[in-house]
Amino acid sequence: MKTPHILLVDDEPNIVMSLEFLMRKNGYQVGIARNGTEALAAIHDTLYDLVLLDVMMPDVDGYQVCRQLRESPSCAQTKVIFLSAKSQPTDVQQGYAAGADLYIPKPFSTRQLMDKIRDLLSK
Amino acid sequence: MNRLLVLAFSFGYLALLFGVAYAAEHRSAGRKSLVANPYVYALSMAVYCTAWTYYGSVGRAAHQGLSFVGIYLGPAVMAPAWWLVLRKIIRVCRQQRLTSIADFISARYGKSAALGALVTVVCVLGVVPYIALQIKAISSSYEVLTISSQGVGASSTALFTAGALAAFTILFGVRSVEATERHEGVVLAVAVESLVKLLAFLLLGGFVTFRLFGGFADVFDQAAAVPALQRLFTLGGAGTSGAEWFTLLVLSMSAVLLLPRQFQVSVVENVDENHLRKAMWLFPLYMLVINLFVLPIAFGGMLRLGGRGFDADTFVLALPLATGHSWLALLTYLGGLSAASSMIIVETIALSVMMSNHLLMPLLVRGGAGQPARQRRWFAYLGQVALESRRLAVVLVLALAYGYYVVIGRQLPLVNTGLVSFAAVAQFVPAVLGGLYWKGGTRRGATLGLLAGFGVWFFTLVLPTVVGPGQLPTSILTEGVGGLSWLRPGALLGLEGLDYLSHGLFWSWFFNIGLYVGASLAWPPTALELRQADVFVDVFRRRSLAEEVAGWQGQTPLPDVRALLLGFLGKRRTDQALRAFAERFPDALPPESQDFSSQAPGTGHQALTAADPRLLTYAEKLLAGTLGPASARLLLASVAGAEEISYENVVGILKESQQLLEANRQLQKQRRQLQRLTDELQLAYGQLQALDQQKDEFLYTVTHELRTPLTSIRALAEILADNPDLEVEERERFQHTISREAERLTRLISLVLDLEKYESGQTQLDRTPVALADVVHEAADTVAQLARERGIALHLDVPASLPLLPADRDRLMQVLINLLSNAVKACPPGRAGRILVQAWPTPNALLLSVEDNGKGIALDQQNQIFDKFFQAQNQSLRKPEGSGLGLSITKKIVELHQGRIWVESAPDQGARFFVELPLVVLGNQLVAAAPQPLPLSADLTTKH
Repeated sequence: MKTPHILLVDDEPNIVMSLEFLMRKNGYQVGIARNGTEALAAIHDTLYDLVLLDVMMPDVDGYQVCRQLRESPSCAQTKVIFLSAKSQPTDVQQGYAAGADLYIPKPFSTRQLMDKIRDLLSK
Repeated sequence: MNRLLVLAFSFGYLALLFGVAYAAEHRSAGRKSLVANPYVYALSMAVYCTAWTYYGSVGRAAHQGLSFVGIYLGPAVMAPAWWLVLRKIIRVCRQQRLTSIADFISARYGKSAALGALVTVVCVLGVVPYIALQIKAISSSYEVLTISSQGVGASSTALFTAGALAAFTILFGVRSVEATERHEGVVLAVAVESLVKLLAFLLLGGFVTFRLFGGFADVFDQAAAVPALQRLFTLGGAGTSGAEWFTLLVLSMSAVLLLPRQFQVSVVENVDENHLRKAMWLFPLYMLVINLFVLPIAFGGMLRLGGRGFDADTFVLALPLATGHSWLALLTYLGGLSAASSMIIVETIALSVMMSNHLLMPLLVRGGAGQPARQRRWFAYLGQVALESRRLAVVLVLALAYGYYVVIGRQLPLVNTGLVSFAAVAQFVPAVLGGLYWKGGTRRGATLGLLAGFGVWFFTLVLPTVVGPGQLPTSILTEGVGGLSWLRPGALLGLEGLDYLSHGLFWSWFFNIGLYVGASLAWPPTALELRQADVFVDVFRRRSLAEEVAGWQGQTPLPDVRALLLGFLGKRRTDQALRAFAERFPDALPPESQDFSSQAPGTGHQALTAADPRLLTYAEKLLAGTLGPASARLLLASVAGAEEISYENVVGILKESQQLLEANRQLQKQRRQLQRLTDELQLAYGQLQALDQQKDEFLYTVTHELRTPLTSIRALAEILADNPDLEVEERERFQHTISREAERLTRLISLVLDLEKYESGQTQLDRTPVALADVVHEAADTVAQLARERGIALHLDVPASLPLLPADRDRLMQVLINLLSNAVKACPPGRAGRILVQAWPTPNALLLSVEDNGKGIALDQQNQIFDKFFQAQNQSLRKPEGSGLGLSITKKIVELHQGRIWVESAPDQGARFFVELPLVVLGNQLVAAAPQPLPLSADLTTKH
């Protein structure tokens, strides 16, 4: 089994820093995008197994990134987890409607997050 | 003079009148009325001045001096009151479609047919002699002019006169069945005649005064030299007592209002109530002018013709004739003809309408009302009869007048008959004035009063005129009727010492008014009388048919009403009237019946819809114009199948409708208030909701902003806990990040608290005089480091000489730091950033600007950037830099200083923020001297 490739998308450098540490610690391969545009480019270039996606970003928001990802046939197997400070029921609903596999509100527990990622990747 | 010439001129003049009348009718049809102006109206009112004025005044003046003036003084004194009384009568008549004094009294007292008939009889008996008088005036003036006491007798002249006038009257006065239609032709003809008689009389007066004599002074001097004439100079000497003067005034006041012809021209033919304003002074002026030469002519006649056997009534003609001015005499004769003929025409029209409506029609209407099967044909027949009967009445009136003239009138002087006529009409005064201003007057009171007054009038004023050889025995006058001395016509109940006229008026009014008031109080009125009393007395308060109490309750099918109107008004007028009604009350007619012209009367489903009470009232009024109010009511009652509604019924309706009206008004008022309250509430609710939503959004955004640093802190803390074997360098980096994020969290919280504090209005400024330059430099120092790092050039252009600013130094510093750090963030990366801070004084304030050359702000966002968490508006898109609170806090602080902040910018052109701070603080003394905290005004705190 090849090393899962994970894309981290967040405009907050400190969050990216902590997530990157966690992924590498678990032996995943990591890609980083600091906004929506970079994320779309990254998805276009590389086939990721999982995307950790922030919602509020300066240019293209997370929902849009997710929707575009779902439209691409090559990414059919790619899992998407939203990590968002937007935690109202409508936000969560909107996230699933955009095609997310999971919606986790910030701040999150790192242990639970890693469990979920492992679950999703093993499916 | 040549008889043929005089005849030719007489008929030529009448032909001229025909022409005038025809032209007026023609113009009226073309909607260019010659009559609709106050001058014609006032002139037509001068029909008051008859042949009696023309010939009789001189006659009376020759024997009794100034007393003739009384008859003209009364109306002149009365004229200012027209605006009150006459206007009210006009308004009532227009609203109720009343066309004569009989209509008026009958309608006021419960539309009583009997009362209408009584008034008509009084009018005919009282006025026919007066008409006879005019005929006499015409024929005797003709005699004087042609000096023909033999040959073709005066009575045949009179007969021709009466015939010609009857033709004129029928042609122009009785053409339409609807009497409310005005007679424009007649009115204009009458106005022209008024002018002719005035000019002719003035011409003659001028001739006598200035040609026969040497001016006014000369006439009076010569007259003063004759003892018989000199006594005429004083009122007492002329034998006119105070009582007689008073009687003359009272009689002429009533006559000018209530004589059938005066009622006709001033009420029925009135086009516009406002014409009264001019007529109120034009009419008295006319009477003044026409009386100017009466005394000179009378004296002239006495001086030149006295003792030669001339009747003083004929001086007007005899003077020019005797001095050989026959053309002037002819002109004078035409003036007299004018005066007499106009009176006869108008009086006859008025009387004929009354006779037809009140004597003939009630009989006919009653006669045919029984058979519903034949009703429609009967109505059509009645409509025709109404017109014919009116024509018949014209002939009848003139025949009566002619007969009276032939049998009795030839011996009577002009003035006496006229005054007796006046006294007959004066019997209407209690019923009319009482009817206009006293709701308590009843039909019974009016009838009894009128009967009594009329009886006494006949007994005291008419009876004595028929005493004489071959008529009644003289003993009646001296001994009393049946030898009873208290029944002497000249001294009723033993009252002596009054002149004949005053005596008659006193007793007739005594019984008239006494019975009117007494009977009105003694017996209660009927429902209809109450309603009509209300309608008349309150006429100025009533506006429309809709507000009128519905007097009809019958279930009349609509086509019946239409058929009824059709019979009287004809198809065109009926359709027109019903259409007008439908326009005013669209709800009163069933929708399918509104197209009247295409509707076949009496078709099946139409018969089922009942007519609205308002339609019945409307129809009644339309018919009242044709038949008089009493007949119209009877007729409609026969169609409506309604009982005369009961007293309780109408009182109930009356009360109910008044209460309803009042309640309705109250409800309307409350509804408006409620509406206003609702609107205000809605507005407040909207504002509250907006506020609530803002609050929600704010809270949501705050928590979101807090979550971001919290996320980092928690993640890193867990990593540190789970990975004890981290390298030192990495551990320190994580720990450092945690404390930076914690600081960020703290800053955010204090910003939010700051903003909350400003918004809640709890902030108090600690104002001291501040040198702006100091603050700017200090603020620049705090961002200088960052600016240098980013290669931004920071220029400060703030003179130290600026006036001191009353401001809270720390808050001002916060404003400047916010603006400067925003500018630093906005500046483009690389080495091209440039920031310029400038400040300069304006008359009352200091102006500060902070300018950068960054990416600028789009126009549509320039106001929004001052909103807190501006990015919240953009839902999931985040503002790239800053917390989103800086500018809104800045704005708050500026506003607390009573200043303004705004931005000028364009995308990619940089942004320039302006702050204006006032040097003088409103509502406070100069702050330099008063460093106390400033109490916040309400509107500053509630703005957000």
